[in-house]
Amino acid sequence: MTKLNAKIPEGPLPEKWSKYKSSMKLVNPANKKKLDIILVGTGLAGAAAASSLGELGYNVKVFCFQDTPRRAHSVAAQGGINAAKNYKNDGDSVYRLFYDMIKGGDYRAREANVYRAAEVSNATIDQLTAQGVPFAREYGGTLDNRSFGGVQVSRTFYAKGQTGQQCLLGAYSGLSRQVKNGTVKMYSRCEMLELVIIDGKARGIITRNLVTGEIERHSGHAVVLATGGYGTIYYLSTLAVNSNASAAWTAYKKGAFWGNPSFVQIHPSSIPVLNDYQSKLTLMSESLRNDGRVWVPKKKGDKRPANDIPEEERDYYLERKYPAFGNLVPRDVGSRAAKERCDAGYGVGDTGLSVYLDFKDAINKQGKKAIENKYGNLFEMYEKITGINPYEEPMRIYPAGHYTMGGLWVDYELMTTIPGLFAIGESNFSDHGANRLGASSLMQCAGDGNFIIPNTIGNYMADEIKTPKIPTDTPEFDEAEKAVKLKIEKLFSVNGKQTVTSFHKRLGKILWDYSGMTRNEEGLKKGLFLIDELEKEFWKDVKVPGTADELNQELEKAGRVADFFELAKLMITDGLSRRESCGAHFREESQTETGEAKRDDDNYSYISVWEYKGKDEPPELHKEELNYKYVEVKIRDYK
Amino acid sequence: MTIDYLLLIIDKTNKPMNIKLKIWRQKNAKSKGKFVNYSLDDVSPEMSFLEMLDALNTKLIEEGGDPVAFDHDCREGICGCCSLYINGHPHGPGEKTTTCELHIRSFKDGQTIVVEPWRAKSFPVIKDLIVDRNAFDKIIAAGGFISVDTGSAPEANSILAKKEHADEAFDSASCIGCGACVAACKNASAMLFVSAKISQLALLPQGKVEAMERVEAMVAKMDELGFGNCTNTYACEAECPKGIKITNIARMNRHFIGAKIGSQIKQ
Ligand SMILES: Cc1cc2nc3c(=O)[nH]c(=O)nc-3n(C[C@H](O)[C@H](O)[C@H](O)COP(=O)(O)OP(=O)(O)OC[C@H]3O[C@@H](n4cnc5c(N)ncnc54)[C@H](O)[C@@H]3O)c2cc1C
Ligand code: SF4
Ligand code: FES
Repeated sequence: MTKLNAKIPEGPLPEKWSKYKSSMKLVNPANKKKLDIILVGTGLAGAAAASSLGELGYNVKVFCFQDTPRRAHSVAAQGGINAAKNYKNDGDSVYRLFYDMIKGGDYRAREANVYRAAEVSNATIDQLTAQGVPFAREYGGTLDNRSFGGVQVSRTFYAKGQTGQQCLLGAYSGLSRQVKNGTVKMYSRCEMLELVIIDGKARGIITRNLVTGEIERHSGHAVVLATGGYGTIYYLSTLAVNSNASAAWTAYKKGAFWGNPSFVQIHPSSIPVLNDYQSKLTLMSESLRNDGRVWVPKKKGDKRPANDIPEEERDYYLERKYPAFGNLVPRDVGSRAAKERCDAGYGVGDTGLSVYLDFKDAINKQGKKAIENKYGNLFEMYEKITGINPYEEPMRIYPAGHYTMGGLWVDYELMTTIPGLFAIGESNFSDHGANRLGASSLMQCAGDGNFIIPNTIGNYMADEIKTPKIPTDTPEFDEAEKAVKLKIEKLFSVNGKQTVTSFHKRLGKILWDYSGMTRNEEGLKKGLFLIDELEKEFWKDVKVPGTADELNQELEKAGRVADFFELAKLMITDGLSRRESCGAHFREESQTETGEAKRDDDNYSYISVWEYKGKDEPPELHKEELNYKYVEVKIRDYK
Repeated sequence: MTIDYLLLIIDKTNKPMNIKLKIWRQKNAKSKGKFVNYSLDDVSPEMSFLEMLDALNTKLIEEGGDPVAFDHDCREGICGCCSLYINGHPHGPGEKTTTCELHIRSFKDGQTIVVEPWRAKSFPVIKDLIVDRNAFDKIIAAGGFISVDTGSAPEANSILAKKEHADEAFDSASCIGCGACVAACKNASAMLFVSAKISQLALLPQGKVEAMERVEAMVAKMDELGFGNCTNTYACEAECPKGIKITNIARMNRHFIGAKIGSQIKQ
């Protein structure tokens, strides 16, 4: 049967984490100094882990592909970070945050992990504040909160529309402090291309120095991946354009299982696609829906400018369809509702593929200054990109690929199925089920890095204290290095005519059409076929200019896109196998009469966990059954 | 119809433009670079500047040439990667705009655009338009942090901060570490960047404890790395894409002098 063991501690839910901590094995400070950790990624998860592990005394080697750790994609998170502080006295609690995430994830996440994520959230806010993160404050000097989608309390801490930047800079300052203390050694512009496994344990990585092209070996007693999400697989997405899945993908191909690959969050509010040379979709934070109202004209194909359409001819469809949550419905619901209106012919803009997000009422009521205070930088960003002033005209928005709930499968200790290989932050599949609630990713990333991994890695390292430094001149390292060099050679040897980006664009389009906001059996199968064909074409006709021993951005992209083809097929395979709708995974065959997602708990109440079986073999599906003991599994209703 | 709306219609005509480019090409840190001219037709005014370079690179690759290397990632003005010196200005002509937020509609049909990397001793060129800004990380590692170990932080609301101070700290903290201030300065001074971090932390109660040590350590590191002095030309403030104010430098100098005098008083 299944090889999965989630290692969930015994005992009542609220006590599991404290019980785990009081019974886990420890490593004494003198021994920590002798243990090496490889940490890939410097986003909020990685940077938080780097500083926390460094403080404990481990030797940590940290890697990122940007020129400095401070530019990791977390920097772009806008709206906020959740915690169950209940500063607003509005009935919040750890349990309620946990409950909202389980419900928001459409009952497809593991209770124990989610509860712990909620449990450590408060300490995260304390930590970030102490590090100097300038969160928004009330006049009395205390911290302010706002509200986010899918919940009825205000628990989101924020720093204007730049919360990710501020949280990341806080964590980066902690990392920098450890660089000074000598516990952390930073390798920027250095990309992990292979994982090295020795005697069944993760023991190192192979990297490419992106400046010189040198292929290098790094060893450690454990390896932690904090490599972020892969929404860029759609080519156009809200992510930083160099985000990719390759580090996690090499781990998958070396035996780490992948959880829920088809669960991708399509965010309802991004600046729409404006033209075909576009390289990026810019998010307009969900926090805007605190004050912005979403609407389309009541008349099909109404081409009048927004401000010429009178109030009674506007359809505030979210408020109409979901009166309890209104504009703050969860993302999957909001995205599908926008798609439904546009597909039915009510969309606005040249393409008819957008809806309005209107601040007129909020500006009238609160004044322009108040709105500027809350969202100034987002309004500026919008105007810079579109040339339209959103204080005067409503924004136009449309859904875009945003967040990958799926990722490397991890157990309660955040360890993958490869002993000694951990995955934290967005790179794991852990806490968000089939749909993530806003502001809960930063919360998870910081929690994983600051409070969870420093404990659980100790439990693993306790058995490693007698293991001497891992040598890098072993056959396993030779083998891994050879594989990296072969792949690079293979990419150059094609020497075709088409650019890497042109392939990436076409892949993204196929995935968006057949494995995007809605999916069906026929479309998924067609998508699979088309991707297979495109992948073959890639290996026959891609052009990678330049050489391997220099800074070569096309080579970097080529390796990532090559992996995206393979991952895209796994995403579709997963989507095909789950013939129910849940959260962001909307199978057209499984919907209610009013067009809402219809779960099938009898048959699909599990996490899909995929095992790589070799290049030409289909992957094997393992199922981690979900048993809910602390929440009643209900139909998710935001009406 | 308002004037704004008329402008929009004109904009929407979207007439393709011709762009002449003069781009700095340099194979690697050791080789000598030079300007190379390119001409691109059919450039849409709606393109972002980086999308225009993407189009150039596609053309170069398809013709068997070597694409132009440039740093970029978020493409929405927040990560600080992009760093092009365009027509004599870091991040180009736009006010409070990063290179990636710049659009072709800011240029004229047929215009020549000169594109160079940041030029500063402490930011050596790696390839084409990419420079090494590692010096900034070194300055932060010298003291740009609050010494608080994970787990030892007090309850967040036990540290009260005046809203106006927190807001001011936020303004300083919004620096994206791009280095335009250094590229803009004739002395290649890093004062604006360094002072923004120092101000952010000094304005918050939790950062005050180490304020003196911090300013000394960071300024010493900045000098050691070869950044120049500030001679009050204000070029940095004018070119900073995030509107970081020169008052940060004044605050830093005050702290620095305070630290120097303070260190002479032995309890
Ligand atoms: C536009 C936008 C806005 C968002 N807003 C919010 C919000 O308001 N609140 C919220 O909670 N969440 C938000 N999210 C989600 C959240 O930002 C991300 O989920 C989170 O920041 C991911 O952090 P991370 O640490 O896991 O990875 P990342 O920040 O993505 O970092 C990945 C790191 O891994 C490194 N890396 C990757 N592969 C390799 C490799 N092969 N070799 C070496 N290094 C590698 C990268 O260099 C980088 O350092 C937003 C997301 C987007 C796209
Ligand atoms: S101060 Fe301004 S110009 Fe200098 S690094 Fe910061 S954001 Fe860039
Ligand atoms: S690419 Fe991130 S700021 Fe320009």
